[in-house]
Amino acid sequence: MISIDIEKKLKAYKGVEVVKVQKNFKPGSITRITGPSGTGKTTLLKMIAGLVTPDAGKIVADNIVWFDAAQKINLSPQLRKLGFVFQDYALFPNMTVLQHLEYATKDSQWINRLLKIGKLETFTAHKPEYLSGGQQQRLAILRALAIKPKLLLMDEPFSALDILMKTELITDLRLLFKELGTTAIIVSHNPQELDGVSDDEYYLGDYTD
Amino acid sequence: MDLTPLWLTLKLAGITTLILLILGLPLAWWLSKKRSFIKIIIEAIITMPLVLPPSVLGFYLLLAFSPQRNVSRWLQEVFNLHFVFSFEGLVLASVIYSMPFMISPVKSAFQQLPLSLSQASYTLGKTEWQTFRHVLLPNIKPSLLTAAVLTFAHTLGEFGVVLMIGGNIPGVTRVASIAVYDSVEQMDYESANNYSFILFTVTFILVMGVFIYNKYQVKSPLE
Repeated sequence: MISIDIEKKLKAYKGVEVVKVQKNFKPGSITRITGPSGTGKTTLLKMIAGLVTPDAGKIVADNIVWFDAAQKINLSPQLRKLGFVFQDYALFPNMTVLQHLEYATKDSQWINRLLKIGKLETFTAHKPEYLSGGQQQRLAILRALAIKPKLLLMDEPFSALDILMKTELITDLRLLFKELGTTAIIVSHNPQELDGVSDDEYYLGDYTD
Repeated sequence: MDLTPLWLTLKLAGITTLILLILGLPLAWWLSKKRSFIKIIIEAIITMPLVLPPSVLGFYLLLAFSPQRNVSRWLQEVFNLHFVFSFEGLVLASVIYSMPFMISPVKSAFQQLPLSLSQASYTLGKTEWQTFRHVLLPNIKPSLLTAAVLTFAHTLGEFGVVLMIGGNIPGVTRVASIAVYDSVEQMDYESANNYSFILFTVTFILVMGVFIYNKYQVKSPLE
């Protein structure tokens, strides 16, 4: 169980936006985060990952306190051991597809399985600049999965995929999440994208001071 | 033509570039991260040699390392280091004088890398050092090469600061730029021309090399 009760003030064009989130995520669940642009959906994922520090509140994952503003506890991203799919993919330009996965894990069997799921077996020696947008996005997803995370945070992870590829990948990912016991939190703008896939939905509204 | 000044110049430029690579990389990385007031002060100090007359820098170094100073005496007694009218002094002055040529391009290159690259590496459990070594450093290679070549070329052309702290001691501090000045003073235009031509050619080839390397670099998807 991941329990979040956090708050963060963000500087925005129209003033100060406050991102306030109070939510529990069941183990193994897939939650879709929606909401208008600029309401802090990416910031929320980054706060959970430890890449952005909330101003106040608490994050507890499986009875381990990841963040507690009052007690000044803030576990580093490395110790949270979660997967993160970035909206801009954040692929390493110097690494090939295979090197991306080898950087994350030494388990070659697991790497081969991921490559198959992402349909990137024939692109192992390619660097990101020689991959299409969809292939880059799949690589970003595979890299995040390479560490077999118990929590996977995905920021618009299917935006560059065609419908067929998206459907196939989502089916494979569901099986993989079940197998690994992964809880997934997915930010998505497309209302239909995760229909029938997500067990829960959270709407991040507009709070402006 | 006496080749010693040219050899000394190349040795000085090589050592300076190597020291600045070792010192400059971590410093540029640190400066590229979140800004603070102390970083602004340090950056201003590093940039000063770009705008300060080299003779002013040389003069202060000369004062700072004069044999009358306690620090100088201590350095001499403990490490047998003399910074005035010595090759070590030239190295020290060159490191300070050429520092902005190393730090500035490398710092900009680090800043231009998307923050998400480091963040992705951290979420994979990698430490700051692993991230620096495997993700950041390989992705700033063209800028690093440019910085190293510019530092080398700039050190080849040093004159004022070198003359102030090193003087004109043949075989010790008489580098090529000083040999040119000295030859002209002695009306030996042939030697002056030879030294000048070699310096011009070497620096031109170096700078051209950087331009060609950067032109034929495959465009980064980050650009």
